[in-house]
Amino acid sequence: MSVDAATVRRIARLSRIALPEQDVPVMQAEINAILGFVEQLGEVNVEGVEPMTSVTPMALKMREDVVTDGEKAGKVTANAPQSEDHYFLVPKVVE
Amino acid sequence: MTDLTQLTLTEAREGLARKSFTAVELAEAHLSAIEAARPLNAYVLETPDQALAMARAADARLARGEAGRLEGIPIGVKDLFATEGVRTTASSRILGNFVPTYESTVTGQLWRDGAVMLGKLNNDEFAMGSSNETSAFGPVVNPFLPANWSAEKGKAALSGDKKGLLVPGGSSGGSSAAVAANLCLGATATDTGGSIRQPAAFTGTVGIKPTYGRCSRWGIVAFASSLDQAGPIAKTVRDCAALMTSMAGHDPKDSTSVDLPVPDFEAAIGRSVAGKTIGIPREYRVEGMPAEIEALWKKGADMLRAAGARIVDVSLPHTKYALPAYYIVAPAEASSNLARYDGVRYGLRVPGKDITELYEQTRAQGFGREVKRRIMIGTYVLSAGYYDAYYLRAQKIRTLIKKDFEDVYAAGVDAILTPATPSAAFGIAEMADADPVQMYLNDIFTVTVNMAGLPGLALPGGTDAAGLPLGLQLIGRPFDEETLFSLGAVIEDQAGRVTASRWW
Repeated sequence: MSVDAATVRRIARLSRIALPEQDVPVMQAEINAILGFVEQLGEVNVEGVEPMTSVTPMALKMREDVVTDGEKAGKVTANAPQSEDHYFLVPKVVE
Repeated sequence: MTDLTQLTLTEAREGLARKSFTAVELAEAHLSAIEAARPLNAYVLETPDQALAMARAADARLARGEAGRLEGIPIGVKDLFATEGVRTTASSRILGNFVPTYESTVTGQLWRDGAVMLGKLNNDEFAMGSSNETSAFGPVVNPFLPANWSAEKGKAALSGDKKGLLVPGGSSGGSSAAVAANLCLGATATDTGGSIRQPAAFTGTVGIKPTYGRCSRWGIVAFASSLDQAGPIAKTVRDCAALMTSMAGHDPKDSTSVDLPVPDFEAAIGRSVAGKTIGIPREYRVEGMPAEIEALWKKGADMLRAAGARIVDVSLPHTKYALPAYYIVAPAEASSNLARYDGVRYGLRVPGKDITELYEQTRAQGFGREVKRRIMIGTYVLSAGYYDAYYLRAQKIRTLIKKDFEDVYAAGVDAILTPATPSAAFGIAEMADADPVQMYLNDIFTVTVNMAGLPGLALPGGTDAAGLPLGLQLIGRPFDEETLFSLGAVIEDQAGRVTASRWW
């Protein structure tokens, strides 16, 4: 399988990465090189094989349903590019 | 006084116990070595004040007889580990001046045991790469010179464009170069597809990727969560075992960390390997494999045989599918993990006319090429209509890869011996025009181990004709790192260390 330029633009959009038009052909060629490489997986008979969900056979631990963390808004927003009164600031999203 | 940076971690620990020198002297020796080696670009941030404060505290504990297992030992930290109050970037522009307000569990355990932080180490951006060339801070230089290069030629290239000098491997290239250049006594590293073992092989150092779940991933910048594991790079097998003992352990903050007791891994050094069964997987004898690698592999088997191990041929039939399956699973996980870099909560923000443009511009300018490409591949293979054909199929193949190993271990094999890499270190910029798959082939021998969640130890087995280090890899049963340390020590005893002499 290979991707065309329109698909590359669509993937960039889904990835939320601005991709200038002049970069589309190179990205397309690189993605197609990788898709060509993974094509050999089609040879493998996976009939009846369970997809891996956990590499180590272990049950996830349960814990008490209680609050164990919080009350540190200052720390949470300490690295924000823009914040005010412990809120993250973003451009207006609702008109 | 001898140059304290030449010591191994074990020798330094003995020297501190004998009071031959202090932790402050040890830290100072390393800080000046780091300063003199800045052109190698191994450290992206030096933390001398913190190092000296930690060393003074270590000296006080040593004087009181309260020394921890790594008391006063200066180490470097890969810039993927969050360090409280100390800038952490994953070598990406998108994290900018991110200063964590918390400490990763693994580094916290090292400080608990008395280790001293010298600074943060360079790596491929978000650990995506095999040469450390994708770092936003630029490439790291391998302390081994290319064949027939004089020190003068090396220095000239170092002050120029660095072309021709060798890469230290990646993604943990700062870690491997710093250990090999005597800029720390050990380093933290991470391994998603080979990022501890391939750099160790390229620099004559020892590195272990432990079993998935052995170390907590909490506070480590995530790349592909089902594959990522932390581990050490050090000068010797024993040094590696000492660091591993501190780094491992259950952490309630990482639900995939395993609640098993942590053995004293150092106790495995010197344990007899007589009667152990070592598998040689025929599928690792790949087409076009250099004769030197083939010879190294045979030499490794001979060394284990000389120590009383039994060498048997084994088959891991799905080996060739591990790398392509990895290049679906890892980018898929990366695309969702890296969704968090949105220009809102931390790191770089590039303004836009609306929120979508803010995201798109921030991520376009913040991520490097390799990272962008992997995010896009991951987005594609997870997108509607392609999920079954790519991601689901890759996860099924992962089950088959793991089963290959389970079958071999069930037949009585204790560990598997392979080369660590298909070649010795290559030159900086040498792969610039190759398609991405050529670079990915570096991980052909290591990536199976991540896919199956197993432990893998890389250590020097010898050198090529040019004197460059070549690495062997030992793959173990789940949670049996101890056998790897025992076997590794046997090889190290016979092959010796491979060290670089200072030319920079």
